[in-house]
Amino acid sequence: MTIFITSLCVQAQITVCTTCTISSIQQGIDLATAYDTVFVEEGVYFEYNIAIGKPLTILGENGAIIDGQKQGTILKVQTTNATISGLTLRHVGLSHTEEYAAVHVSNTKHFTLNRLTVEDAFFGFLIEGSSKGRITNNKLSGESEMEFYSGNGIHAWKSKELVITENEIRNLRDGIYLEFVDNSEVVNNLSENNIRYGLHFMFSNNNAYSNNTFTKNGAGVAVMFSKFIEMKDNHFLNNWGTASFGLLLKEIYDAEITGNTFDENTVAIAVEGSSRITYQHNKLSANGWGVKMSGGCYSNKFLSNAFSNNSFDVSFNSRLNDNEFTGNYWSTYSGYDLNKDGIGDVPHRPVKLFSYVVNKTPESIVLLRSFFVDLINFTENVAPVFTPVDLIDNSPLMRVPS
Amino acid sequence: MLNIIRYTFYDLLRSRWSIFYMLFFMLTSTALLFLSNDLSSAIISLMNILLILAPLVGTIFGVIFYYNSSDFTELLLAHPLKRSTIFLGQLYGLCISLSLSLVLGLGIPFLFYGLLYSDAIFDFLILLVDGVVLTFIFVGLAYIIALKNDNKVKGFGYALLMWLIFAILYDGMLLVIMMQFQDYPLDTFSLVSTVLNPIDLSRILILLKLDISALLGYTGALYQKFFGTVVGISISFTLLAIWSLLPSGLVLRIATSKDF
Repeated sequence: MTIFITSLCVQAQITVCTTCTISSIQQGIDLATAYDTVFVEEGVYFEYNIAIGKPLTILGENGAIIDGQKQGTILKVQTTNATISGLTLRHVGLSHTEEYAAVHVSNTKHFTLNRLTVEDAFFGFLIEGSSKGRITNNKLSGESEMEFYSGNGIHAWKSKELVITENEIRNLRDGIYLEFVDNSEVVNNLSENNIRYGLHFMFSNNNAYSNNTFTKNGAGVAVMFSKFIEMKDNHFLNNWGTASFGLLLKEIYDAEITGNTFDENTVAIAVEGSSRITYQHNKLSANGWGVKMSGGCYSNKFLSNAFSNNSFDVSFNSRLNDNEFTGNYWSTYSGYDLNKDGIGDVPHRPVKLFSYVVNKTPESIVLLRSFFVDLINFTENVAPVFTPVDLIDNSPLMRVPS
Repeated sequence: MLNIIRYTFYDLLRSRWSIFYMLFFMLTSTALLFLSNDLSSAIISLMNILLILAPLVGTIFGVIFYYNSSDFTELLLAHPLKRSTIFLGQLYGLCISLSLSLVLGLGIPFLFYGLLYSDAIFDFLILLVDGVVLTFIFVGLAYIIALKNDNKVKGFGYALLMWLIFAILYDGMLLVIMMQFQDYPLDTFSLVSTVLNPIDLSRILILLKLDISALLGYTGALYQKFFGTVVGISISFTLLAIWSLLPSGLVLRIATSKDF
């Protein structure tokens, strides 16, 4: 009993302010004992390489700013059960050789990064070999211009069971980068204007991301060499440029892509060598390419998706097809529905000859929308010679599925 | 010359063809606007129609009008009028009448739809300019063919062939060449060859304005670089201007030396 009471009493609060006796955060941390709270009052603290070596809660008041003076990493978490909340971190160091971050978490468990604002980040949060972390309600922004001289917003490596929610990430290289990260969730984030990807998976299995918005990134989301990824209800908007994608899939297997919206991307979904993926209830509107498949893509299913006003709905670079297209809506569909059951009576071929030609000779795209191209598309549609014969939607919908 | 332009203009108005032409554009653009509910995609669809129709209608009208008014032309030639006045007057009267139908037919529905409050107004203006320029070019070319051929059937055939070449065969040839030589760098070739055909040039100008440029990938970047600069824009507009003035110059040369 006595031990219990004392241990409760020990949970003290240490206040740090610019005019107090404890005027630096490092000093506060050093004075604290495990499970204390270090309360940081309003003010600008010029500090970097602040090491958190014991389980602490560091709580910032509104207007508490740590300025790294571009010297290096600002906060280093090297303990379990650390919580950092409410601080503004700015001016992270820039380097070609070191990965400086606003918060660097390494080899730990149960950490929480909450309500942090990172300005002028090189890397935002750098997480290595950690598990069971929560990264929520943060705002990260950088001033990235060149890919080789910039860092990622949330960069996780060899970690497990992370929850990344409600973050806003802007102007970095990759918004969120996950490499060897398993069983994690990415929900309700906004990632925009990043020069490479909004969200990037590498060798990461069994993850889910949903309800995120990816706008105006080099590419919205890139999923590479990963298995069992669930992608639900995300918005991919305006990822527009000569080499931009909404969603890029490379060598991934067994994924579920459901209920996403793709608007005005150069390529909505670019797929390379990916198999056993189910695409359901996605809406693809006003993109350059709807789905651009290349390499060996087998046993993929496209069910109840809506393809509206894309320059090319589906582009496919081989004559062999092992993918299933059933019950999708195609705005280019020209058939009829006599029995009024909402399903067109004539099958639809989504691959146009011109998309095949463009795959072979990219320069020929200058003939886009010319009368001749419409003519050859029509003839190919009547009697397919170059496009896969069995790539066909036998029950195309007459209206956009709700 | 103004008198002849005016006469030609009223003649066409009386025959109601220019009214039909205007009504056709009015109907299609209204239908497209209400079906697509979006100015940008309506402009793209209209572009498809315009790039085929403006040259075709210009060609056919040019030939028919020349042959139909040949009696009247001969009557005029008996008067103390310069040949340039007579032929250019008829040519421009026809061009202006057709262009007016096109501009009004497209413009009125878009105005009612709220074009002025939209940022697509510049794209729409380019569409109109393209339509007018194409009308001038193809009416002029058709006139040349008609002047050269007194046989109506032959003249009509040649005129249609001319339209076919510019609107379809040229692109087909381009595509075949590009596919044959795909191992070679084709950017400059495709740029030059599209600029040389007025229909292709008009199409590219509209497509680039409608931000399809990103879709064009690397080639698009090259195009954007060319057409985005003052030099590129002035080159392409100069070419369009040359294209629209060249036929009337030729009409003048042929008409002054022709033995009626």
